[in-house]
Order: sequence, then C-alpha cells, then structure tokens
Amino acid sequence: MNSGEFLSEYFPILVFIAIAAGISIAMIVGSWISGIRRPDREKLTPYECGFDAFTDARHKFDVRFYLVAILFIIFDLEIAFLFPWAVSLGETGVFAFWSMMVFLGVLTIGFIYEWKKGALDWE
Amino acid sequence: MTELMNEYGWTLLLIVLQALAIIVPLLTCVALLTYMERKVMGAMQLRQGPQTVGPFGLLQAVADGVKLFSKEIVIPSRAHGPVFILAPMLTLFLSLVAWAVIPVNEGWAIANINVGILYLFAVSSVGVYGVLMAGWASNSRYAFLGGMRSAAQMVSYEVSMGLVIVCVLLCVGTLNLTEIVMVERTWWMNALLFPMFIVFLISILAETNRAPFDLPEGESELSGGFMVEYSGMAFALFFLGEYANMILMSAMAVILFMGGWNVPFGLEGDIINAVPGVIWFGLKTFSILFFFIWTRASLPRYRYDQLMRLGWKIFLPFTLIWVVVISGTLLYLDAFPK
Repeated sequence: MNSGEFLSEYFPILVFIAIAAGISIAMIVGSWISGIRRPDREKLTPYECGFDAFTDARHKFDVRFYLVAILFIIFDLEIAFLFPWAVSLGETGVFAFWSMMVFLGVLTIGFIYEWKKGALDWE
Repeated sequence: MTELMNEYGWTLLLIVLQALAIIVPLLTCVALLTYMERKVMGAMQLRQGPQTVGPFGLLQAVADGVKLFSKEIVIPSRAHGPVFILAPMLTLFLSLVAWAVIPVNEGWAIANINVGILYLFAVSSVGVYGVLMAGWASNSRYAFLGGMRSAAQMVSYEVSMGLVIVCVLLCVGTLNLTEIVMVERTWWMNALLFPMFIVFLISILAETNRAPFDLPEGESELSGGFMVEYSGMAFALFFLGEYANMILMSAMAVILFMGGWNVPFGLEGDIINAVPGVIWFGLKTFSILFFFIWTRASLPRYRYDQLMRLGWKIFLPFTLIWVVVISGTLLYLDAFPK
C-alpha cells in the first residue's frame, strides 16, 4: 500500500470531523442568534442554593483525584502497549507471551504497593 | 481548478452524503432514545410517560428540542466564557466523530481503517476533557466537584474497558472493526469472553455517567454536577452528547461481543435472511440501550468510595488476570486466529 492510498483511507474521517464540528458550532450559534437574552445579576451569579458565592470556586481539592489521574496514565500506557502485543501474539508466540508476563508481573508489584499504601482507598 | 473539482469534487460529495447518512439517523436515534427512556421508565413505575405531543407522545423529543433551542444561553459572570461554551461543543463533537469508523453493516463504514478500535478508544478517552472543561470554567462549587468526580470516574473505568478490549483482540487478532465482527470464534472463546462482556456492560454504565453510577450529576448532593450552570442549547449539547455516547458504547458492545450485523442466535429461514444486517445491528444496540434504562429504573445510586473500589480493586485485577488466562489458553491450545 503506498502512502496515497493509506491517506485516502483517513480522508473520510477528516470530512466527518469537519461536519461534526460544523453541527456543534451551528447549534450553539443558531441558538445564540435566535434566543432572547436578558441577563441580570441574580441570573449570572453561580448557583449556590440561594447564597451569594463567598470566594472563587476553584479552590483546593482532594489529592486523591490527582493520584487517580497518575494511576490512570500508568495503566492506560500499559494498555496501549498491550494492543499490538494482543494482535500479534499468534506470530510472536511463547517468547512474547513470557516477556509480557514479566512486564505485567512488575506492574502488579507496583499495583500491590499502591493498594497497601492506601492510594486506592476512598473513605 | 475545474479538473481538480472533477477529480475530487464527486468523491468529496459522496463522503459528505455518507457522513450525513450516519449522523442524521444517529441524531434521530438520540431523540427516539430520550422518548424510549421516558416511556420505558414510565411503564416500569406504572406511569404513562409522555403522551400529549403527537401520537403516543412521539413528538415529545422534538418539542423539547425546539424549546431548548429558543431558550437563553446563560454565561455566568465569573465563568471563563470561551471554555464554558467550548465544553458542550467538544462533548457533542467527540460523540459524533467516533461514528466515522463504526461498521453498521458489512462494508458500511465511512472509514474502514485498520486501527478502528484504537481510534474509538482514543476518541472516547478525549471525552473526559469536555467534562473537566465544563467543571472548571463554570466557576461554581457544584460544577467543580462534579467535574472532578466525573473525570476520576471516567478514567478509572476506562482502564478496565481497555483491558476488556485487549481480551477480545487476543481472540480475533485484528484491530479492524469489520474484521472483529467477521472472525469466527469457537464456543470456548465465547465462554471465556462472557465474563468480560459483563464487565464491559458495567464499565460503559460508569463511562457514560449513567445510573447506578450517575454520581457526577447526583441531584441529592451536587444538584446536576458539571452541568449545573448550563442552560438552553449549551445544556442540550451535553444532553445530546451523553445520549449519542450511550448509543456509541452500545454499538461498541455489539461489535465486540454480539456479532455486529450477523443474525443472532444462529436463526435460519427465508424471512430472517432477507432482513438487512443494519436492522439486526440496530435491534442489538437498542437491546443494550434497554438494559441502560432498566438499570436506571431498578438500581439505587452507588456511593463514591464503592464506585472507586469496584473500578480499581475488583475490575482492574479481574480483567488483568483474565488477559493472562485468555492469552495462556490460546497459547496452550495454539488456537490463535490466522
């Protein structure tokens, strides 16, 4: 397969992306033009069950959200690594299988460490 | 210039028509799905559901759409305007873009690319940005907390979803969505994949923020989560995106586990064979969507710690072990797909 054919496979996706973006923008812009806007102070303050907002809402948040994001990166990278391995295991055979088992073993040790440290606990 | 138009113009027009042939039925399905959800939930709770607008209330979704379109889009004064408006647009955009590679019948995919499942996985990963942007830009406590929770929940369940997909890939040996459906699977492969099907079904509930995992918008504690400040069409785009995503995830489950456009349960007969594959595809997808609605009507909401425990401490180890089990079995029996 030459590069031209290869690219032509992806060209419909590009067109599709343009159409999807067009629809999303058209919906907002259309509504923005056609809708009536009568802003007032009460309408424009953030919703706080009737109170005025005291401070900026972008305050400190629980570090565990951050930990989850870090863990996600590790495991998602591992999955990205597993995809080609899974597809080609038929040709690469026993050697590839055991290589991946070693890799998964190392990962599992790290996972057990996280678990014991309590990084996965939300109480 | 005219030569260029003759050569590429018709191809481009054809692709645009194909794309519209996917998007228009999809948006119709979203409208139907909201109607179906209210009608099915109504029946399960011994109510009538919508019945005033149009025959049997069928035009309710259209009426809702027109109402939301004509409503005001409120941008809170403290919000970050551009990001605030971009978030719902991104959400709908991503839920539409993924459909470019979904084969609804044999050869009926707009782009039959070799790495279809990777593309789907990538696009669904970016979905979390819409939620985070909405939560941050709103500058409201409810929205901020809802956005954080929702993002953590979506990435947690994406890990187990990815491992489930790896299990299927081991059995089919290809990343092309059409080929994933076409490859023959033995009975023991189906038996081994069945637990993964269950994990996948539960994960897509969490991934699309649906009950019993609808904590990001838990009315009782966060009063709407990251969508709390959105109104009018901006809210409608989130809504459309969420439902289009539900249909997308169901279609993914159909492609990975339920044989796509093939006739289910090995049924035979002249009439059954005459039914086009796209009808079977639609029926299977809507049976999973019915499961979505069914769980919403029957299960109470999870607590957040329970949700994270299920994702990280049960699904992740289980799917990881299952990848080893399936690859080991395939290696032992030398039953890799050729």
